Amino acid sequence: MCGIFGVMDKRRQMMDGSGIREALSIMNERGSGEGAGYVAYGIYPDYRDCYALHVFFDNPGKSKAIVDATLEQWGTIEHDEAIPTCDQPNLKANCTPWRYFFKPDASLAPGSASPEKDVVTSIVMQINASANGAEIVSSGKNVGLFKASGWPEDVADYYRIQDYEGYIWLAHNRYATSNPELWERPDPFNLHDWSVVENGKTTTYGANRRYVESFGYNCSTGTDSEVIAYLIDLLTRKHGLGIDLAIRALAPPYWDEIDRMPEAEQNLNRALRFAYGSATMNGPFTVVAANPDTMIGFTDRGKLRPMVVGECGDRLYIASEETAIRAMEPCVESIRRPAAGEPVIGRVAP
Amino acid sequence: MAKQVTIDAKGVHYTPLNQQIRKAIEDGADEIVVNNVLGQRFIGNGLRGNATIRVNGVAGGDLAMFMSGPTVIVDGNAEHAPGNTMDSGKVVIHGSAGDAVAHSMRGGKIFVRGDIGYRGGIHMKQYETQRPILVVGGSAQTFLGEYMAGGLLLVLGLDGAMKAREIGSGIHGGEIVIRGDVDEACLAAGAKKLPLTDEDRARIAPVIREFAADFGLDAEPLVKANYTRIVPASARPFAGKYTWE
Repeated sequence: MCGIFGVMDKRRQMMDGSGIREALSIMNERGSGEGAGYVAYGIYPDYRDCYALHVFFDNPGKSKAIVDATLEQWGTIEHDEAIPTCDQPNLKANCTPWRYFFKPDASLAPGSASPEKDVVTSIVMQINASANGAEIVSSGKNVGLFKASGWPEDVADYYRIQDYEGYIWLAHNRYATSNPELWERPDPFNLHDWSVVENGKTTTYGANRRYVESFGYNCSTGTDSEVIAYLIDLLTRKHGLGIDLAIRALAPPYWDEIDRMPEAEQNLNRALRFAYGSATMNGPFTVVAANPDTMIGFTDRGKLRPMVVGECGDRLYIASEETAIRAMEPCVESIRRPAAGEPVIGRVAP
Repeated sequence: MAKQVTIDAKGVHYTPLNQQIRKAIEDGADEIVVNNVLGQRFIGNGLRGNATIRVNGVAGGDLAMFMSGPTVIVDGNAEHAPGNTMDSGKVVIHGSAGDAVAHSMRGGKIFVRGDIGYRGGIHMKQYETQRPILVVGGSAQTFLGEYMAGGLLLVLGLDGAMKAREIGSGIHGGEIVIRGDVDEACLAAGAKKLPLTDEDRARIAPVIREFAADFGLDAEPLVKANYTRIVPASARPFAGKYTWE
């Protein structure tokens, strides 16, 4: 099961986290109290030029020096602090969430079209791959990810997400099927620009992981949403695909649907399926993802998971249930359930 | 005199809400109006008798599951699987509904004025006099009538083109009737098209009239319209799929 929720304001009007908390917790029947998380874009305007690294330390006394040294090797730490938290009776903290505001040294990735992001990517891969008691859970500019093992309300109150204001929020209510104990395991996942929440399970995890790891990504948590975040980064940033084509590569039409398309469409879709066969995701899933300018949603081709889309003024909502949208926007203007393979792409006004 | 009970569901979890509904029925209510419903699941679950439950808001998943007798009228949309394994009675949804509508339904009627999601009528079944009926006013989505084993699934397509593909995937009983022509390519393996005979039309006409009356539609043009009937290609279309004789 799992419940997911995303909301974007196309004019970057800010929303604090309280409505998102309510929307997510109304889907508590879709969760099991063993994982929830939130991502918000636009929450760090004072450090908008820095990459905000959210890090889980098993023990800051032991691990922080390692992360400090790694970051200083790759750039400048502008500021760092413990993420403010508020103890909750139903939440047993097993790590210390920390945040760094970091400026990567672009000259360390010569020849790259996006050197800062390459530096940040390699820092995330390096720190998360090694057993050093530190796990970077988000790493984008002006974005932050808050997650823990617990019910949505407890996780929201623990991080005081009502104190943050963002123009895009993603949220995930986890129905645990494995690994309840680690806070870094549940969705959401983030790699600099892109954040991902997923309802479902890809059956192609192994193939997708091998494919994305062949490009230098390191999948350290064993979770399919981590692979999806890396795949979207690879296809859009490194391969230069538009997000619509990237979605089509990940969840392409069936061959018999391609056979019925006009010739030019057929050629494009065949080429995508041949080029990205190993990136194709199968199994039951709905994915909602965002970067600073975009929010997207798409489902598996057999439509084995729900996805409801709502619109109201400048707000775009994507959720597992209509109820979650109405919890935040009681007078939502339109509600629809897109077909499998029909991606939802919302863009922030330029 | 009919006894009416009104319940405010705002902020109430489904367990106490359904307890209140049960209590009202035990106390002899004929009509229960539930206001401010926002996704509470299992409304009307396992209820017996002949009360009417009016749901104002968005009904949560598995509405009227195992229900046997009552009528549920939803003024709004419903989430997944309304009428799951419903036994008898009636569900009328004035909006649209999510995936797996009428899942494993074994009797009674479900009328949806708007659209339904994927896998509508999945594994509907019939036995002797028990014959479930699902009628959709708008469109259905792909895998309509998947593994269907009995009953009647009628799609009127009042709001535009029918979107379903892979219709009747795994069908081995019952019938799917769709207004207008259905492209052969939209049928799944194991399903076949038949023309609607006069006998068939006479059988579905009362269902169309009842649906039209519930939603204030003009029934006669619908009764006279052109329909496609989809049935299993054989009694055991998948005999060779998992076993070899």
